[in-house]
Amino acid sequence: MTSLLERRRRRVDELAEASGRSLTADAFQRLRRNPVAIVGAVLVGLFVLVSILAPWLAPHDAATAFPELQRTLRPDSIPGAQPGFPLGSDQNGRDFFSRMILASRQTLLVGVLATLIGLVFGVLIGALAGAFGGWVDTVLMRVTDVLLSIPSLLLAISIAALAAKPSQTTVIIAVALVSVPVFARLLRGSMLAQRESDHVLAATSLGVRRRAIVLRHMLPNAMGPVIVQATLTLATSILDAAALSFLGLGDGDPARAEWGLMLANAQSYLDVRAALAFWPAIAIILVALGFTLLGEALREALDPKGRR
Amino acid sequence: MSSALLEVEDLRVAFTRRGEPDTVAVDGVSFDVEPGEIVGLVGESGCGKSVTSLAVMRLLPERGNRVTGSIRMDGEDLLALSDSAMRERRGRDLSMIFQDPLSSLNPVIPVGLQVTEVLTRHRGMRKDAARREAAELLDRVGIPDPTRRLDSYPHQMSGGMRQRALIAIALACTPRLLIADEPTTALDVTIQAQILDLLEQLVAETGTALVMITHDLGVVAGLCDRVNVLYAGRIVERADRHELFRQPRHPYTHGLLGSIPRLDGPPGVDLAAIRGSVNDNLPWAAPEGGACAFAPRCPRALDVCAEVAPAAERAGTRLLRCHNPVPVTEGAA
Repeated sequence: MTSLLERRRRRVDELAEASGRSLTADAFQRLRRNPVAIVGAVLVGLFVLVSILAPWLAPHDAATAFPELQRTLRPDSIPGAQPGFPLGSDQNGRDFFSRMILASRQTLLVGVLATLIGLVFGVLIGALAGAFGGWVDTVLMRVTDVLLSIPSLLLAISIAALAAKPSQTTVIIAVALVSVPVFARLLRGSMLAQRESDHVLAATSLGVRRRAIVLRHMLPNAMGPVIVQATLTLATSILDAAALSFLGLGDGDPARAEWGLMLANAQSYLDVRAALAFWPAIAIILVALGFTLLGEALREALDPKGRR
Repeated sequence: MSSALLEVEDLRVAFTRRGEPDTVAVDGVSFDVEPGEIVGLVGESGCGKSVTSLAVMRLLPERGNRVTGSIRMDGEDLLALSDSAMRERRGRDLSMIFQDPLSSLNPVIPVGLQVTEVLTRHRGMRKDAARREAAELLDRVGIPDPTRRLDSYPHQMSGGMRQRALIAIALACTPRLLIADEPTTALDVTIQAQILDLLEQLVAETGTALVMITHDLGVVAGLCDRVNVLYAGRIVERADRHELFRQPRHPYTHGLLGSIPRLDGPPGVDLAAIRGSVNDNLPWAAPEGGACAFAPRCPRALDVCAEVAPAAERAGTRLLRCHNPVPVTEGAA
């Protein structure tokens, strides 16, 4: 009997507390209760932490070849773990562990920059199309449709291949451009929904200027799904960037530590030392998985249908 | 020139669709509103009352409809104004309150900002002055602790409080005309009465004329000076409030009043219902003479009702569109 009473009381308290909470706080609350979100957040958090602290975490430099490793280095045998080198050597006698850690910075930089650039241009296009409608909308969305109809990796490869000299910048631009149409479409849709909404009609009935209606009343309300998509896009951007490097469309400098490139270079040594391919691959998968899990959980948490 | 603040004359709104005949939502509606007057626009769902109000505010979508007739405010035809001139007037000379107070407020910005937005837009106020004025406005509509409430988000307020805030926003620039489209439908009954009292008090204080759009005759009885009864896009009866309630002449109005439960009515008597639904209407206008749209549902329908559309006839202050009106009962009129 007491337990039922207790449970009911707790429920009443919870409800009373919930009624005063903001949407964001409420979403955060649900995020914290979701194990998927926690796994995603831990993976993402570790990744970000490692990449920020990489220069201090890595025991050695990424480009230096060490004589003690090179001494035992043969085309058919690459030295494994030994004191001072926890993951052993890479194919050039450099410290593999340090390279793995330092490469996380490249991945974070490319992923975040590409997503941000894609987000900015996508939001710009989507907002224009959704706010103006008419022929502006038609033109922008047909171009977007064309871009969406091309498989994203193929598009990224084509754009990156257009560059005279492959570099980090061309990879970022290519990966960013691929995500632009996704953001644009998504925002345009929710802008159109906002245009029909009661509060926009009410603002119009008060003579609010069109610019203020778009920027203050439509755009902030339409951004929710776009922000969630950005988390998911981070994952695909990282994968795409790694794929481009792997295919030799990134900066080919072998001294540079980058997971995609390391994976590509490890190919010829698969039978000699598979760990050279295994670790970069695992790192890429875990990071992409982390962002995907976090993004999915975020979408669920922000979905008003999930609110009790 | 008459002294009317708003004169709506022969307003017609037709929704057009390619390959289909037009849907006439408002079919030659004429009414006027004197300064400071409360005018009711009453009718059931789909009779064109909301479309009429949106047409007056020029808030109908740009495409897909045809609006004809004239809507004059201070003798100036609103339908002839440019978009930007109309935008200047909205919120300043005429404004509107909508049905659902939650969805009519922007969920992501604080209520205070939504009040000051209008003040800076139309009254050229600076930020801090607008904020003080906004707190005063919220206080005037009876929101407790107004300064703190300025920073509240709509979802943190109750339904009644939201509608109060919307009223404050709509009246921020003391417009001369306020259109309220079913402002109490989404609220529960006790709050409804409070909101209606507040509206009545505020329009009396500011001299704002109020067009009250509702399907609720109780609201009309308590509030309106004059009442327009709309049926299928046309005004079928117009009269002063007392006259209308004492002596409804149109069978539709008569039926509406008969369908309201009364505390002082005899017990055990079934409420009178109006048979059928809007779907049973005849078209007012037809190639051969037209008809009375209400005829299929009308208990007093004559043969002529299905053959000739009744014209609007004036008798004193009353306007009536019926071939066979309810007779005046002895001692009532």
